Amino acid sequence: MADESYPDGLLYHPEHDWARIEGDSATFGITWYAQDSLGEVVFFEPPEVGSEIVKDEPYTEVESVKAVSDVYAPLSGEITEVNEKAGESPETINDDPYGDGWLVKVRLADPSQTGELLDVGAYKKLLEESD
Amino acid sequence: MSVAADLRRTPLYEAHRAAGAKLVPFAGFEMPVSYAGVGEEHRAVREDVGVFDVSHMGEVQTRGLDAAAVLQHALSNDLDKLEVGGAQYSCLCRDDGGILDDLFTYRLDGDRYLTVTNASNRDTDFEWLAEHSHGRDAELRDAGDDYAMLAVQGPRARDLVAGLTDGELPQRMRTAELEVAGSRALVCGTGYTGEDGVELLIDPESATTVWDALLDGGATPAGLGARDTLRLEVCFHLYGNDMDVERNPIEAGLGWCCAEQTGFIGSEAVARARDEGPAERLVAFALTERGIPRPHNAVMSGADRVGEVTSGTHSPSLGIGIGMAYLRSELAEPGTELEVDVRGKLRPARVESKPLYKRPE
Repeated sequence: MADESYPDGLLYHPEHDWARIEGDSATFGITWYAQDSLGEVVFFEPPEVGSEIVKDEPYTEVESVKAVSDVYAPLSGEITEVNEKAGESPETINDDPYGDGWLVKVRLADPSQTGELLDVGAYKKLLEESD
Repeated sequence: MSVAADLRRTPLYEAHRAAGAKLVPFAGFEMPVSYAGVGEEHRAVREDVGVFDVSHMGEVQTRGLDAAAVLQHALSNDLDKLEVGGAQYSCLCRDDGGILDDLFTYRLDGDRYLTVTNASNRDTDFEWLAEHSHGRDAELRDAGDDYAMLAVQGPRARDLVAGLTDGELPQRMRTAELEVAGSRALVCGTGYTGEDGVELLIDPESATTVWDALLDGGATPAGLGARDTLRLEVCFHLYGNDMDVERNPIEAGLGWCCAEQTGFIGSEAVARARDEGPAERLVAFALTERGIPRPHNAVMSGADRVGEVTSGTHSPSLGIGIGMAYLRSELAEPGTELEVDVRGKLRPARVESKPLYKRPE
């Protein structure tokens, strides 16, 4: 399992998801805190390419031995690519949550929604407060 | 994650914290669900040795001239077959055969028995047994706080414990009173993982010393998460999931521990169920494609909902989704193709013979 980290360049959703913005597209995944709370991920079935996802609503699930966890869309958009490798080797989501453990790439419906997400400082503060 | 303050703690609470445990509420106790990770703990038990704190389980001591008669009346198995130094599994049933609990009874002396109950039933089992001992020459005592209990399980478990004691370890389904790591222990050749090993009933004050000695000897601390995957792979029942008062031992596949001729409470209902054959039986299944079945998922045969998953998880040893469910007898044959509705997705499954996991030869 990776060491605890929250990269600077990402935007964060309070449900412990991250978004890496690349123009009007973005890559989504779950944060270190999310994967640590869940424990070893043993199952991830990537959602369908082409499906529409809505900010603040679950768009997929990741499962550990003990629990199923909904993954929330930090932003709205259409899925353009999914991480099939994370489906085949779900432990990647624990080992490299911000890199090889990404979940989906999305064409954003409304890039201005990014203003509602947290920067790394605000997300870390949220983690401290929820402890 | 905060945990409610009214939860009880076992004598090993601090040891769990020190070992990096994630603690969760379970049956009124704050218990370790995992330490290094469920998969790693599971593999340690299958391949080496793991230790579980199961001090949350209840103990009832029954002693006196009528101790055997009281237990024979309440427990489903034939207590006459339980020798001094022996262990016996049985069900505790209501009059209608509904299962109140499943338990292990150890015969300590001629007229002294110790019965280990599930944590969730420790109070109700004691009350039930006490109530059914009225007018008998038997003293029942809730001994739940007298013992800490450790389960040492895995192919290396016996060697590890043998190295901490001077005496000889009991065989399977036998007990011995020995010193383990300098502390008096009732050592029992029992477990809940499908591996060889022992369970240790010890003074709560010695719990940390014994725990530390086991860890020093290389035992991997294992939590409730691994306990669940290990027992489900070998199709051991979890009370509350795989049986409850709505199910009788015959449906649950526990007819082997029922001796109706003893006249135990519920024996007539059990005899009837055995005679008529159960309408439904608890079967084991495995998914044939990816996915993880979870308790309460619907089990489908074609368009028909034919049952519900009682226990379901990802099997670390087999690398697939496994579970158990009550199904009509005609669907209970190994090889029967089914589907499990996992949150709206139908996952193909097949009925398998028990146990799902067998030790490699």
